[in-house]
Amino acid sequence: MFKRLVLSALIFGFAVSISNAQDDLLDLIEKEDNEKNKDKRDYASAAFKTNLAVTSQSIENVASGVLSFRISHRFGTISDGLYDLFGLDNSDIRFAFDYGINDWLQVGVGRSSFEKLYDGNLKAKILRQQKGKQNIPISIVYYTSAAVNTLKWADPNRENFPSARWTYCHQLLIGRKFSESFSAQISPTVIHRNLVPTTKDANDVFAMGGAIRQKLTKRLAVNIEYFHRLDTYNEKQFKNPLSFCFDIETGGHVFQLIFSNARSMVEKGLITETTGDIGQGDIYFGFNLSRVFTVVDKTKKM
Amino acid sequence: MKKLILSILALAAFNVFAQDVYLTKAGNIRFFSSTPLEDIEGKSKDAVSALNTKTGEIVAQIQIKSFRFEKSLMEEHFNENYMESEKFPKAVLKAKILDLEKYDFSKDGEQKVVFEGDLTIHGVTKKVKLEGTIKKSGKNVQAKSVFKVKLADYNIKVPSVVTKNIAEDIEVTVDFPYELKI
Repeated sequence: MFKRLVLSALIFGFAVSISNAQDDLLDLIEKEDNEKNKDKRDYASAAFKTNLAVTSQSIENVASGVLSFRISHRFGTISDGLYDLFGLDNSDIRFAFDYGINDWLQVGVGRSSFEKLYDGNLKAKILRQQKGKQNIPISIVYYTSAAVNTLKWADPNRENFPSARWTYCHQLLIGRKFSESFSAQISPTVIHRNLVPTTKDANDVFAMGGAIRQKLTKRLAVNIEYFHRLDTYNEKQFKNPLSFCFDIETGGHVFQLIFSNARSMVEKGLITETTGDIGQGDIYFGFNLSRVFTVVDKTKKM
Repeated sequence: MKKLILSILALAAFNVFAQDVYLTKAGNIRFFSSTPLEDIEGKSKDAVSALNTKTGEIVAQIQIKSFRFEKSLMEEHFNENYMESEKFPKAVLKAKILDLEKYDFSKDGEQKVVFEGDLTIHGVTKKVKLEGTIKKSGKNVQAKSVFKVKLADYNIKVPSVVTKNIAEDIEVTVDFPYELKI
């Protein structure tokens, strides 16, 4: 009885092993692959198409060894009407270079026509959203920039202090790519101005920002960005900036077509100097056009 | 007699892998798209594959995200727009050596073979026939193959603006260095 049982078990085993030999091989490589990938980090990528959400920073950096060149324009308000071709006659420009030093550090410089402003910035990924070896659901990025106004002194005969022309920005960008198509972030921000117009204006302005990205197709997305100033001084004069844009991707270029009540292309202008009132039709059209160049080829070593 | 049958069966049932299964966890796969406008090359050395020289079976899989490109943006587009690697994380080959009885894999040397089976890329499975070589030297086996993959066959869509940059047929080069498993 026992013998017969063993015999039939073995015959069964034999039959199974023949019919499933290929599946056994599949199971084997599946197991080996899982074993191998257990210790790998699988980073979430491209939560936003570029390193900008609209005008301010997204949680993305320029990739390691890549140089990004961006030209941005902001035109006059659409409510200027046909005489100014809906604002197109009135254009501010900023161009910027950003470079990815490695996977987590990016540096950049920019120049805006408004106030003949030069700016420099540094962006560091502190935490990267990932799965695999570790499960981290969010990314945290620190961003800082300094900007200097280089207009000629309004009154050269007065004693002018160069330090008065500097402004600084510090931001923490906390975001998550929730799915292939949807990403969101919040961006607590502080702007420091060395000189303010009146004694009532604060040198430090705190704001809470946020941005979302929703893909419409594989190559088209819509982004919305908003900053809320946490102080209420000068609320009548300065508005909270609300912007949205379409990201259009064509190979190495990304076009961002922008509608916003803000006209500045640097943080201090965007957050502390936006005067456009959406209710009054103060909506500016603009665009960012970015092109990336690969400086360091990562596959050369492979 | 009974004992003999019993032991043969026992051997067969529990020792399917004995002696003839070769494994690699560092298989090289390279693909190349060439057009007058742009050459695009993706490389990975992370394929996992097993080859059973007794049954002629070969299986292989590769994580799509393991491919590296000259330009980071290519890698991003490859994963996000073309291969949709979140949805279809790996490509799998399940094939058999045709006319296995013609070959002798017990001795060293290189032999030309044809694999026939199923190739799954981007969630689409197609029957394929791949020409290649198998070279045995001691406990190592090296399998190589170069074949074409037609993007349209695997439902990989190329938008009209970049049709001049991406070839319709992609050349895939496979080089698997196996070692004896047991």
